Amino acid sequence: MNGSSDVLTLFLFNIVLVNIPLLYGTVGEILTEKAGSLNLGVEGTMAVGAIFGYLAGCATDSLLTGLLTAFAAAGLCGGLFALLTVTLQANQNVTGLTITTFGLGLYFFVGKGLGERWPAMTDVPALVRGFTAVEVPVLSRLPVAGKALFSHNVLVYLGVLIAALAWWYLNYTKTGLRLRAVGENPAAADSVGVNIQLYKYVHLIAGSGIMGLGGFYMALNMSGSFEGSNCWINGYGWIAIALVIFANWNPLLAILGTLVFGFFNTLQIYAGALAGAFPGALGWLNALPPQMFKALPFLITAVVLIATSVRKREGPGQPASLGLNYFREER
Amino acid sequence: MKKILALALAAALSLSLASCGGGNNGGNPGGNSGSSAGTPNSGSGGDASNTGGNADFKVGAIYINSQNDTAGYTFQHHNGITTAMKDLGMDPASQLLIVDTVPEDDTLVANAIDTLVNQGANIIFGISYGYIDAMADKAEEYKDVIFSHGTGWKNNDTNFNNYFGRIYQARYLAGIAAGMKSLEQKNNSIGYVAAFNREYAETCSGINAFALGVQSVNPDATVYVNKINTWGDETLERQAAQALIDTHDCVVISQHCDSAQPQMVAMENGRFGCGYNSDMTDQAPNAHLTSAVWHWNVYYQTAIQAAMDCKGDASQFVSKMNGNAYYAGLAEGFVDASPLNENVAAPNTKAVMDAVRDLIISGDWDVFSGVKLSYNIGEDGSVEIVKTDAPLMSDGFELKDGQLVEMAPEIVPAGGSPIDDGVIKGSMNYNVAGVVEG
Repeated sequence: MNGSSDVLTLFLFNIVLVNIPLLYGTVGEILTEKAGSLNLGVEGTMAVGAIFGYLAGCATDSLLTGLLTAFAAAGLCGGLFALLTVTLQANQNVTGLTITTFGLGLYFFVGKGLGERWPAMTDVPALVRGFTAVEVPVLSRLPVAGKALFSHNVLVYLGVLIAALAWWYLNYTKTGLRLRAVGENPAAADSVGVNIQLYKYVHLIAGSGIMGLGGFYMALNMSGSFEGSNCWINGYGWIAIALVIFANWNPLLAILGTLVFGFFNTLQIYAGALAGAFPGALGWLNALPPQMFKALPFLITAVVLIATSVRKREGPGQPASLGLNYFREER
Repeated sequence: MKKILALALAAALSLSLASCGGGNNGGNPGGNSGSSAGTPNSGSGGDASNTGGNADFKVGAIYINSQNDTAGYTFQHHNGITTAMKDLGMDPASQLLIVDTVPEDDTLVANAIDTLVNQGANIIFGISYGYIDAMADKAEEYKDVIFSHGTGWKNNDTNFNNYFGRIYQARYLAGIAAGMKSLEQKNNSIGYVAAFNREYAETCSGINAFALGVQSVNPDATVYVNKINTWGDETLERQAAQALIDTHDCVVISQHCDSAQPQMVAMENGRFGCGYNSDMTDQAPNAHLTSAVWHWNVYYQTAIQAAMDCKGDASQFVSKMNGNAYYAGLAEGFVDASPLNENVAAPNTKAVMDAVRDLIISGDWDVFSGVKLSYNIGEDGSVEIVKTDAPLMSDGFELKDGQLVEMAPEIVPAGGSPIDDGVIKGSMNYNVAGVVEG
């Protein structure tokens, strides 16, 4: 039995380790939605990125190939979504749901098709190394927070870096400003010479690609063990869509949102250990009905929605034309 | 033009989806039993040489997952039914009607039953607990069809029974393997990834039996239970197993959940494990000791034979089965511990497990009783079972209406006879001493 501070450290460590795919999914969806498109295909897109990224990483014994393939495969899903909704003006909700079913189907099709030939991650040193914790100098020696926040694999840091870059890009670059204009009012953006189709295509593909990286992370976190009873992504894609709202379309807040959702996600696993380590303060965790753990993150999202709509000062981050197709001839 | 292209793309997408689904169509039972090439035991075997006198007898089955699964709960049942039919000289390809991927929804189950009855099913097996009410209703409606419900408790005196088994006996055997390993590794922490615990008698009786098996070898061991509140979720199963190793340094990970993830996590961490439902040695060759497994074909063969013996009078079924609640165990070969992975197991484990298996089969002793087992292992590997009268104690709490309340800890007094089957099947809501949730 570990000491009680060890249990707390492990709990916090796992919040980050297990839930980072949510951050990738959320940031990818924020980029997509900022272009005015609501892509409900996050779950399927992540699944496609996961399985192809993993297989490519195994085949080449390279973490980078895995990352790039995950990005490319998921990006293709984004491209398909863009083709259907931007060029062909299909309904975004239906197309997104189709991408989800399609992606999950492809995941099971490929995985079950490989059967015995499925590669084991333990045979691929580059992936094992790539998913091994890298300790940040100095910071990782802090008590509790050192292990919880600064002793993670590179993909955790990459996820945070991408979120920060996306925030900077959206708020402090000219193209980011144009992108937001496309999402708010494509007709106005069009009238000042922004190429709407190009902006949508690029950001839908890039956003889906980032989701795919999250899928790849999930594959490594599952040690690449394909069993086929349920998908690795396991609903994270849907939570990411909710997190976009929670984060108010702000990639930096998405980091916070990931930790909040992750807190409850991991609490379910650690409730017993925490109650045992702190019987006085947290003993009540054992008495909590298990359904609470699944419901709480969404209750909080509802509260955040209410709070943001009551407090109108900054205005919501939701793009005004989200979910609406832009058809130039209808202007 | 764009619209046509969009239509074509949408059609292509939906077609590709349909092909991924393996052609399963819940409304088309049995119709695709020949399309499952590549799936072993899928009912498409070439058993066309069937000459039995019951060539017209039709078996119906309602599955919770796909009949094309290659592992897991539905696979085990489908495998059991097809094996039983082949052993009876029947041809699953023509005599087995299936409606699969049926959720636990009364209307959908009732529709599935109607479909099977219209196709001429003589006996209908429902494998999932939530089918219980629809099956009970339809058993009254279709008096000339036999209904048989797995894992439930409802039945009648004529054409409707339920079936389940003493899997706790197999778990006791697995507990012995885990306890031996913990002694060898000098680590008294054992983990258990459970779907649920005291919420269902099925889960807590399994945990308790496993813990008693562990304690018969290593009385100082503690079994830590991490429950994931769902029957199967690969991600949560993995996290729970890892958490047990991280927080309690567990040396053996047992499980009551669907996937082999807990066994794989054990192997990745250099620990050991006991699986469930199928032999998981393939998935975790350096960690897996033994699994508690079902041999469903044992029941299905008995039930189909009894149904055919009814010769059209479905109301005879319950009396032909000698009762309306089938509950078999090690003695009937319905449950067992899968072959021990002797490359991993501690020395003498197999001898102890075999001795206890023989004792349980003999009927002289059962798991939840006032007699505790311990073992003297001779130099030559021979095993002598020592019986000691000792009370069966709970940890002092039971789950009532969702609340943990205190209970009298003594369940069976020292030397007392085994508890009632009804407790193991239905009302058990406590853990034995030495089990800790956390």
